[in-house]
Amino acid sequence: MAEKKKGQITRVAGPVVTAQGVSPRMYDVVFVGDLKLMGEVIKLVGDKTVIQVYEDTSGIRPGEEVVDTGAPLQVELGPGLLSSVYDGVQRPLPVLRDKQGDFVSRGVTAPGLDRQKKWKFTPTVKKGADLQGGAIIGEVPEGNIVHKVLLPADAKGKVTSISEGEFAVEDSIGELDSGHEMRLMQRWPVRHSRPYVDKLLPDIPLVTGQRVLDMLFPLAKGGTAAIPGGFGTGKTVTSQQLSKWSDAQIVVYVGCGERGNEMTEVLTSFPELEDPKTGKPLMGRTVLVANTSNMPVAAREASVYTGITVAEYYRDMGYDVSLMADSTSRWAEAMREISSRLEEMPGEEGYPAYLASRLSEFYERCGRVKTLSGETGSISVIGAVSPSGGDFSEPVTQNTLRIVKVFWALDSKLRERRHFPAINWLTSYSLYSPILEDWYVKNVAEDWNKLRLWAMETLQKESELQEIVQLVGSDALPEEQRLTLEVARMIREFFLQQSAYHPVDTYSPLKRQYDYMSAIRKFSELAKKAIALEVPLDRIASLKCRADLGKLKFEETIDQDIKTVSASMDKQFAELGV
Amino acid sequence: MVKEYHTISQIAGPLVFVEKTEPVGYGELVLIALPDGSTKRGQVLDSSDEVVVVQVFEGTGGIDKASGVKFLGETVKMPVSKDMLGRILSGSGDPLDKGPPIIPEKRLEIIGAAINPWARDNPREFIQTGISSIDGMNTLVRGQKLPIFSGSGLPHNDIALQIARQSKVVGKKEEFAVVFAAMGITSEEAQYFMQDFERTGALKRAVVFLNLADDPAIERLLTPKLALTTAEYLAFDLNMHVLVILTDITNYCEALRQIGAAREEVPARRGYPGYMYTDLASMYERAGRIKGKTGSITQFPILSMPGDDITHPIPDLTGYITEGQIVASRDLHRKGVFPPIAVERSLSRLMGQGIGPGHTREDHRAVSDQLYAAYAEGRDLRGLVAIVGKEALSERDRKFLDFADSFEDRFVRQGKDEDRTIAQTLDLGWELLSALPVDSLTKIDRKFIEKYHPTMKKK
Ligand SMILES: Nc1ncnc2c1ncn2[C@@H]1O[C@H](COP(=O)(O)OP(=O)(O)OP(=O)(O)O)[C@@H](O)[C@H]1O
Ligand SMILES: [Mg+2]
Repeated sequence: MAEKKKGQITRVAGPVVTAQGVSPRMYDVVFVGDLKLMGEVIKLVGDKTVIQVYEDTSGIRPGEEVVDTGAPLQVELGPGLLSSVYDGVQRPLPVLRDKQGDFVSRGVTAPGLDRQKKWKFTPTVKKGADLQGGAIIGEVPEGNIVHKVLLPADAKGKVTSISEGEFAVEDSIGELDSGHEMRLMQRWPVRHSRPYVDKLLPDIPLVTGQRVLDMLFPLAKGGTAAIPGGFGTGKTVTSQQLSKWSDAQIVVYVGCGERGNEMTEVLTSFPELEDPKTGKPLMGRTVLVANTSNMPVAAREASVYTGITVAEYYRDMGYDVSLMADSTSRWAEAMREISSRLEEMPGEEGYPAYLASRLSEFYERCGRVKTLSGETGSISVIGAVSPSGGDFSEPVTQNTLRIVKVFWALDSKLRERRHFPAINWLTSYSLYSPILEDWYVKNVAEDWNKLRLWAMETLQKESELQEIVQLVGSDALPEEQRLTLEVARMIREFFLQQSAYHPVDTYSPLKRQYDYMSAIRKFSELAKKAIALEVPLDRIASLKCRADLGKLKFEETIDQDIKTVSASMDKQFAELGV
Repeated sequence: MVKEYHTISQIAGPLVFVEKTEPVGYGELVLIALPDGSTKRGQVLDSSDEVVVVQVFEGTGGIDKASGVKFLGETVKMPVSKDMLGRILSGSGDPLDKGPPIIPEKRLEIIGAAINPWARDNPREFIQTGISSIDGMNTLVRGQKLPIFSGSGLPHNDIALQIARQSKVVGKKEEFAVVFAAMGITSEEAQYFMQDFERTGALKRAVVFLNLADDPAIERLLTPKLALTTAEYLAFDLNMHVLVILTDITNYCEALRQIGAAREEVPARRGYPGYMYTDLASMYERAGRIKGKTGSITQFPILSMPGDDITHPIPDLTGYITEGQIVASRDLHRKGVFPPIAVERSLSRLMGQGIGPGHTREDHRAVSDQLYAAYAEGRDLRGLVAIVGKEALSERDRKFLDFADSFEDRFVRQGKDEDRTIAQTLDLGWELLSALPVDSLTKIDRKFIEKYHPTMKKK
């Protein structure tokens, strides 16, 4: 049967358009109507083609033309991704603004990568080299990193020519004997994961500089974490903190159906901030995908895939990538909205029955892997979840928790008392802790894991004691138990609380976290001795070293201060007879 | 010449189904001629070869199958002009006052295109509302969307009016305007707003859209779009700072639910359509600033939480879109505190960008964090006191308990016309905090205590 590339619209209902007379493949990109709006085939029934359109469909009529491009939704991969800001289907927002003005209007295409810009290419393979798909053929300096130019996964052969020099992304940089022409740029369909050789054990932590995360609920490089929380509990701030401070080499930030002003904030703050590892501007390791809540929902649905494909590409060069998706619930809602226009049979709360499988397919695309080129790279995914009514029993949260290994539970009660990050230390968990233990012993401190357990236990005990206190008041407790409450309070207020907005407090290296928690434990041990000597708790709690311990986290001199306060602790307790 | 069809096949709730039409555009404006000679307006919700579904703004009452239907070939547009300032219009944009017809300078699409995130400018200009619980604890900035979550019987209108009256960017005199959109509120409430606008002279700078309780429900879906289109024109074409008050969002959402039900759509929670988040977002996101333009849109939506339930889909989805929320408290209202703002449940997410040196004062963040923490602790102790009595509390705890009371009584409570400067607000905060032991002020850097603490400051 001859493929029919053109057809006519028969129905327009919001973002979903039905056409007849065209015979595309599933997931082909099509252009819809006289305005040539970009869309994607999402269903084929009989001779009908159902299309989700990435742009507003107002004014589109039945009878207008639909044209099949014959290719699925793809992103362009190559130098120039870093520092870029894209919409959900990889159109660069700055280019759209130049073309259309301050508001996003319709029917404009713009390539993901700049066609004019020249990049300095240095080959790393020689003529005659026998290459397999995914091999590294050369390097280009890009942003904060060296961009490894990869052979597309489906290409292979012997290098017959390769040249050094300045090239635009589409220029030929050499040839293989198979006839394949090598370029800086390649394309990849977003709904397919990029291939790799093997998955590896995620046994290295993604260090975030956020005390509650690193110390209590660590994420591994190549791991998955969910941050569910009602509105205003801190999903976005946490995601942004991770994209600023985590020790990933590449950060992909997907603003999926969230606020315009939040993207602006990222865009204004990132260029001024430094990558804590390299000291270079943060933007130089970041790719932003910004499909805000008022931009078309079909493009929102695609944005998550665009983001993860870019992440896979840098992983394939051997980099540690972290991807934040804020918020995966908006992505799920986009699926629901499209599904409901298709009049599909709904599952729970109107979400489509395939919600769970889409979520797990997405999270499956992360991990620490051996790449086709033999490098080791990783993608860590942090997905914000916005449960309706703040109720974690809803389908998106539940289906996500079935997949991810780290659960950072945001808590409205904590947020109301401005305990930030409002991560509940009793309900959150990390399944990576045991795998990461060795790393901490080797790289931070011998007893890191013990310290962690001690802190967790103290907090656990506190919650048990709190139940009693609620009934009888804390005065009724024995001094030793009151001390536990006091120490737990120190852990919470000094250590766990961390202000994202304070220049010093916003980032805390692991060594500092260790010293800080150790100092609190030391206070606890000395206090225990003092209580055995019948020193009243109120006297212990009013020691100057206790107050100092709380304040030092805001001081530039914090590392020195921890030492000083630790030393003064001995002196002050000695005065109590310890 | 626009063709008139007499092929209505079905009328269901707010929807009219028309058959055998020529191709009709999605979202197109529709005119329906009734047998009694009147006309109603509608919009295309679904367009196919076989049938076109039209949502009728003024309600389907009186339409019969013989009524004539005209598709105007364009989407709904709003005529705008500078002369709209001072005018009172209906929920569909027709003049209600006896003023002259408005001669449009432009006709704008009412479905506003999204502001390109790249074109947005960071909202960071501090707006002083003169209300301590807002300025001190939940600071508002120009270009923010900050709703008031209220409940029936609470004085949210007074709060909104006080904000509208007192708001200013300190040290600047600029062109401002108020766009007021009423959706399904009573005429008495509307009068209350109008009188206040008139009393303060704000009416001259206002454009008022009124869809009242007895106006057609579906028209409410139109009203905020018209209002925001006007606001965008004033802000980004005429360079004004526009404050948009939308009330009551709850009525808007009810109308949305009605359409969903009429189309037999699969609902999400509590019968509201699955696209309500997107729909609300396309309204709330029409706020902000644009690089290179002087004007701005600041939004104050008001919504009443059904049953005071903040997890109800309307406040819930709103909270997920807006940049924080001001929550009205029934408890404080009962205690006679005005404005009854539940500081602990309220939030301004853009606060960080609008406070501190160069905006308000360097100690602002620390003071507000400390006030929050201390107030939260005091409130917890209230629960405990109810069980064990005040005597069982330690000296320290008693101070926190008293702090919570004085915080509500002196910091939150203020007169309806009391306009406090930010310095007054922060100093008041320090004064209240000075009743607590200094070493419990863990959120404040040493250097600020030495500079601002009433009894600890170095001379
Ligand atoms: N680590 C933190 N330090 C200081 N403040 C914080 C922190 N985390 C959250 N906040 C405060 O909480 C507010 C809300 O956080 P955020 O915007 O991240 O919430 P969210 O969970 O993303 O909400 P939504 O679902 O509505 O987008 C912030 O504006 C900030 O005031
Ligand atoms: Mg958020």
